[in-house]
Amino acid sequence: MKYIDEFRDSGVVRALARRIGTLAGDLGTIKLMEVCGTHTMSIARFGLRSLFPENIELTSGPGCPVCVSPQSFVDKAIAYCRRPETIVTTFGDMIRVPGSSSSLEKERSGGADVRIVLSTMDALQIAVSNPEKDVVFLGIGFETTAPTIAASILAARGKSIGNFAVLSGHKTMPNAMAALASDPEVRIDGYICPPHVSAIIGSDAYLFLAERYNKPCAIAGFEPVDIMQGVLWLLEMIATGSPDVRNQYSRVVTKTGNPEALRILREVFTPKDDEWRGIGAIPLSGLAIADAFSKYDAEIRWPVEAEPQFIPPGCICGRILKGTAGPRDCGLFGKACTPDEPVGACMVSSEGACAAAFKYG
Amino acid sequence: MLAHGSGGKAMHDLISSLIVPAFSNPRLEPLDDSALLQIGDRTVAFTSDSYTVDPIFFPGGDIGRLAVCGTVNDLAVCGAVPFALSCALIIEEGLPTADLQRILDSMKSSASEAGVEIVTGDTKVLQHGKGDKIFINTSGIGLLPRHRAPLPGKAVAGDAVLVNGPIADHGAAVMAEREEYALRAEISSDVAPLSDLIETLLAAVPEAHCLKDPTRGGVASALNEIASASRMTIVLNEEAIPVRKPVAGLCELLGLDPLYFANEGKVLAVVPGERAEDALEALKSHPLGREAAIIGVVKEFDRVPLAVKTPFGSHRVVSMLTGEQLPRIC
Repeated sequence: MKYIDEFRDSGVVRALARRIGTLAGDLGTIKLMEVCGTHTMSIARFGLRSLFPENIELTSGPGCPVCVSPQSFVDKAIAYCRRPETIVTTFGDMIRVPGSSSSLEKERSGGADVRIVLSTMDALQIAVSNPEKDVVFLGIGFETTAPTIAASILAARGKSIGNFAVLSGHKTMPNAMAALASDPEVRIDGYICPPHVSAIIGSDAYLFLAERYNKPCAIAGFEPVDIMQGVLWLLEMIATGSPDVRNQYSRVVTKTGNPEALRILREVFTPKDDEWRGIGAIPLSGLAIADAFSKYDAEIRWPVEAEPQFIPPGCICGRILKGTAGPRDCGLFGKACTPDEPVGACMVSSEGACAAAFKYG
Repeated sequence: MLAHGSGGKAMHDLISSLIVPAFSNPRLEPLDDSALLQIGDRTVAFTSDSYTVDPIFFPGGDIGRLAVCGTVNDLAVCGAVPFALSCALIIEEGLPTADLQRILDSMKSSASEAGVEIVTGDTKVLQHGKGDKIFINTSGIGLLPRHRAPLPGKAVAGDAVLVNGPIADHGAAVMAEREEYALRAEISSDVAPLSDLIETLLAAVPEAHCLKDPTRGGVASALNEIASASRMTIVLNEEAIPVRKPVAGLCELLGLDPLYFANEGKVLAVVPGERAEDALEALKSHPLGREAAIIGVVKEFDRVPLAVKTPFGSHRVVSMLTGEQLPRIC
């Protein structure tokens, strides 16, 4: 099985769409939140919205690591760009996110040493190859990526690599999903859970959302068949009033997740209250580098001052990340804010709701 | 910024707002792949391109082959028969002589394959650190056959869009080869001279409306340009667009879209609808067109220049490339 072919089979997708249509006919307006940014992109790219009946609404959530990184994080990253003898290493999308007065991309074209890496291990290699420079890695991402950063910190310690440190902006999903579930401004009837995060934390991690918050949860993969099946299962749970956690992505996700990844996550990071762009503070939703590894915490090792924060008026990324507004509700969408000249992070990131809406129409 | 060279919107804006006004003259205005000049009773095509690809050696080719084929192809898509090239080398001090020899040999064999000669050129050497191994500029001239009028360069409603084979090979090969990504994949650049293929096509379908080679910015940017210039909407059929499996796999892994990757051995042909099958047959009769396909249609303008019909019947918009393509995070 190649997965791409089978899970994009148009016959299967259409059959699922028919079943969704039949089931949805007996329900009123249903709002489902796809938390993960790649789901948002997938739904837009395959045009899946046109396959759902009108009363089923899919809203994008805060599962875009670039989008939810607060402005202060970007400004600190830019401060590292301006620090002498420093190489800033980052995952791709971050380079275009606007900070208060600049972006990593602009700093790079002004001469700063900013390098895109696919994996933190590549950043570690850059540190080894450039012993005279300080290498800062911008740690963003949820439970999917944080274990790889944890592994890189353990590797740095094991190999005594002294010129490598991480600026940690990592966040965790379940408490953020709980915060939204209890937010009176936000209406969510069910969650399409983030697939890769789930591969790490396991499907049981969402049980509390079903039991305490009465929110049905379906973990679904990224392909069209995955998403359609996940939506169908959510509607089944809503129709029968039986919130639970159902795992559609069973080819990757287990009940307890990836024990080794979780082990090193807990060794290297400690949970902290954290700020999510636009949403604000969510308790125990971020990851700080544990004291034992403070040598690899960029903010402790090489503290920098970020410039005063400036958030452009009119940007409603926060509401979009909460699902209380869509990209087209924003006055700046497509006018002052475009992928070329983004005002907010939602327009920049390849997982951003506004980028998806702009790109795919 | 880097985005200004990527073949997408930023580059277009730079050209149209700064460069064109600086040079303004009627022969430049069309901004086609080649300029067409009336010299005496002949129409001469004239083009120039600079090559800065990194890495300089990649699966399927090298910067030298790219420099010859790229310029030959820019002449060929205007319906001209390539005649001669110039070659200007800007070499960074320290480039191994063996590498230079390899590149020159590649240029010579590519030129022979394309039926052109490199007749003039220049060589400069930059201090170490002031360049990036080697940059090459090639300029080329070609002649429009006497019996051939310049192609209209515009699409009309009802036209068919064809491509001569799988897309995104070159961009994917270069990306996979780049040291910083350390990926290994069975992907090879498609770099090849297309003049003979295009002559075969135009012999069978002289009524072709438009030809374009989808280099930087990919098929998406090239078709956006054609559709915008023609004030039409092009709708592609996703299932009909040929993409090699390893390339599709790399794109899925990195979260990138093959429609935006560069091609160096591909031509997009826009022909009258009723000639589509003849065009397809002509392309398939040539070694560089065996996997040719009809990939879309031209319709009256409807909100956006370019859209793709998904296998599920829905449509998605394909806009001009903005900035560089960046790999996914998680």
